[in-house]
Formats: sequence, C-alpha cells, structure tokens
Amino acid sequence: MYPSRFRYEAPRSLGEAIGLLREGGDEAKVMAGGQSLVPLMKLRFASPELIVDINNIGGLDYHRADADGTLRVGALCRHADLEHSDLLRSTQPTMAAAAPLIADPLVRNRGTLVGSLCHADPQGDWASVVTALGGSVIAQGPEGRRAIPMADFVTGPFENTLALDEIAVEAVIPAAQGARAGGYLKLERRVGDFATVGVAVALELSGTTVTRAGIALTGVGGSTIAATGAAAALAGQALTPESIEHAAELAAQAAQPRTDHRGSAEYKRHMVRTFVVRLLSRAGPASGDGDPAERAA
Amino acid sequence: MTTVYDDLGDQDTGEAPMRRIRFTINGVRKVAEVEPRLLLAHLIRRGLGLTGTHMGCDTTNCGACTVLVDGKAIKSCTMLAVQADGHEITTVEGLATASELHPLQEGFKEEHGLQCGFCTPGMMLAAKALLDANPDPTEDDVRWALSGNLCRCTGYQNIVKSVLWAAARLRPAPAGGPEPDPAAEPAQEA
Repeated sequence: MYPSRFRYEAPRSLGEAIGLLREGGDEAKVMAGGQSLVPLMKLRFASPELIVDINNIGGLDYHRADADGTLRVGALCRHADLEHSDLLRSTQPTMAAAAPLIADPLVRNRGTLVGSLCHADPQGDWASVVTALGGSVIAQGPEGRRAIPMADFVTGPFENTLALDEIAVEAVIPAAQGARAGGYLKLERRVGDFATVGVAVALELSGTTVTRAGIALTGVGGSTIAATGAAAALAGQALTPESIEHAAELAAQAAQPRTDHRGSAEYKRHMVRTFVVRLLSRAGPASGDGDPAERAA
Repeated sequence: MTTVYDDLGDQDTGEAPMRRIRFTINGVRKVAEVEPRLLLAHLIRRGLGLTGTHMGCDTTNCGACTVLVDGKAIKSCTMLAVQADGHEITTVEGLATASELHPLQEGFKEEHGLQCGFCTPGMMLAAKALLDANPDPTEDDVRWALSGNLCRCTGYQNIVKSVLWAAARLRPAPAGGPEPDPAAEPAQEA
C-alpha cells in the first residue's frame, strides 16, 4: 500500500518547520516517528498534502530532569529511549512501567511519546500516563511557546488543540512533592495490540499518606478517562485495604467501556477495578515498585 | 540514469516530485531517486532487488519487513524511503558473507528455527539488534526482543533456541578455555 501523493519537507530547524506548517495550513502534518501516521496514510485515512518530517531537527531527542525534578521529554525521544532509561527507572515508576508496554519493540524504536500524545488515540497508553501524572505539552508556534495541560490538550478522538502552525516540542511532567509511587498495567491480547484495558496510577506519598493521586484509564471510553473522583478520594488518605477498594470502585464507575471483540463492557469494568487495586496495593511504602515490565496476564 | 516506479493509477505520473537520497545498504553506498511516498520496504525490494526483506501484513503488525536502520530494528513498511537519507541499512542479505553463514543463520538451521521461512529474515534482524546490544541474553530477553515479529508456523520455541544458539556461538571464548560449543549449551538454560 502506498500513501497518496504528498509534498515532503525535512526542515533542519523548528522555525523552518513552523513556517512550513503555516504555509500548509490544515493540509500539513508533522511526522515524528510516523508509527501511527504512516499506517493511516497507507490506508488513506489520512491524506495530508504536506508532510513536515521533524526527524532532522537537532536537539529534540532528549529526556531529562530539571534540578527540581521536573521531567522533560523532547519530541524525538523514542519509546525505546524511555524503556531503557535509568532516569525513568529511578524516578518515574508509572512511566517506567508503561514504556515497555507501548506497541512492540520495533515500533518503540521509532515511535515517540510526544507524537503519541498528539495522535490522541483513545487507546493510546501514554495519554493515560501523562494525564495521571498531571503533565502538559509544550507547543511552539510563530509567537513562541505555551504549555497546554494534558487535560486540555486532547479535544476528541484523534484531535488535539494545537494550532495549525504549532508543533508539540516537549512533554513535561511536573516535579513530585512527595515520594513517587504507582505503575501502569495493560491488558492486551498479544504484544502490539491496543489495550483492552489500561490503568495508570501515579501517586505522591508523604510517609504513608497520599499527598497527590492521579488515575487515568485507557481503552474504556471514547477518549482517555481521568478518574478524578477516584484520585480525589485518595488524597490525604493512607493506603489501606478500605481506601484502595473505595478508589477502585470509583475508577470502575468512571470507565465507559463498550462490549467489543476484546471483551464485554462488564469484563472491562471489572478489570479496571482489579488493576487499580493491584497498582495501589503495590504502591504502599513497604511493597516496592514491583516489576515495571509486568504484563497483565 | 533511469528510474522506474509503479504506476499506481490514482494520480498523474507526470508530476511525481522526486527526491534524491544517499544511503548505505549492507555496507554499499547508494544514491536513489524516490518519490516521497515510497516506503523503505519498496525501495529495498523493488529499487534494490533485495527481496529477502518480506512484506507480510503491510499494516505495521507482523515484523516480516524488519531491517536495521543505524543498528536499530524497525519495520520498513512503516518508514518512508526518503527518510533513509544519510542512514545505514542492514537487510538479511547483509548477514552472510560469500563463504560463511552468519551465526544467526546457522542457528536457525541447527535448531530448526523456520518452517516456511517467511518471517525468518525479520526474526534474524530483530535478533541481531538484540545480540549487538546484549551478547548474553536470557530466554526472556530473546522472547521480549522478538515480540514484534509474528511467526505462523513454529510456535516460536525453535526460533528462541536458534537465537540462543547464535548468542553462544558469538560469545568470545573464555581466555585459555575450550572452543565454544553451542550444541553443548542447553538452550533452555537461560
């Protein structure tokens, strides 16, 4: 399969890329890893007239922590970079757990976290992770940069709030106020499939008390679901069997699953509850982070 | 120089915007003129005649089209040929020398790592990327590294054994020790 014909530009700077986007208007599309965009173009679900390939722009392939702990992930940081990152392993349990579960190893070598956020697939794993962590996307346009909170970034399935001449250059995860705990669990029929159910839990703990909680759900609604009620119920509480059960119940209620070939709505809702219980039980101070690469069987 | 490309019938072939790219494939430097929508898999198979890179699903699922770009295993059906500009590609044809099979190829032969052989080039390249980064993988490491490559024949057991066989063969012998004998190392050990 071939994509339909397009003009291809591979600028060397962000300024040049933004100029091209301005010129191309709503017929232009940014390509980073291309692991979602190229298949869409081959199937002719997307037929942009102009592809602005940002892979030749230097200085975007980083992920690093500021002195205060704020994590910054550049637009060309690949999933595989995050999967093998010591920084994530030691400071970002939720991201470290999610990175090896994105697609498959071959896709992870090219696909990017920022591109995944922009693609705004309701079944995208990173959107849940970044939502649970309270992250944001930095957009750069002709007038400079602005931060867009993840909660406002996605406007619908496969739609984001970027202006036509803006590029998402970075994802930002704010510094934790307490000790980080949490994880990501994904139920998938086989490697590389979309999530039947995915749950991201991101906690900040002061001793045994939860000072901040984020819970987000993948694959159980028309978009990424922020289970804000469940998260709010945990804030200020200790992780006890009761508080965990209560949060899991609220998260299961927040899910909007539909019955399809991956499972019944009932089953998916049940799995949300199970995953929240598992992740929160594991997040207790005594229980460690668990195996970040654990797959839900 | 003549460039021949497929008449896709959907647009005027007279206006194809061609791009000139330079790249290295299996150690040989090449220049090609490509239409930007040409996929890397097509450039390799049709442009260069290297048909060891297979097209299986054409939808980023199966991994049959796996090649190495700058040493990283990627799906060549999901990368534009024009994006290979300035990069180094390795296909299955780059594994063997004129006189010798690559240890991975030997391993697939010794351990019966293939039946129909369609997925095999992709399997071997994904395995090569693994062994280049991790010469002493566990069985789990091998399964993890091959998890993006589908095989419809073998049930994967012998593919995993083949890669472990090759890993044992590729590891340098301990100083003063005996020659490595991959056959003596139980494949399940890891």
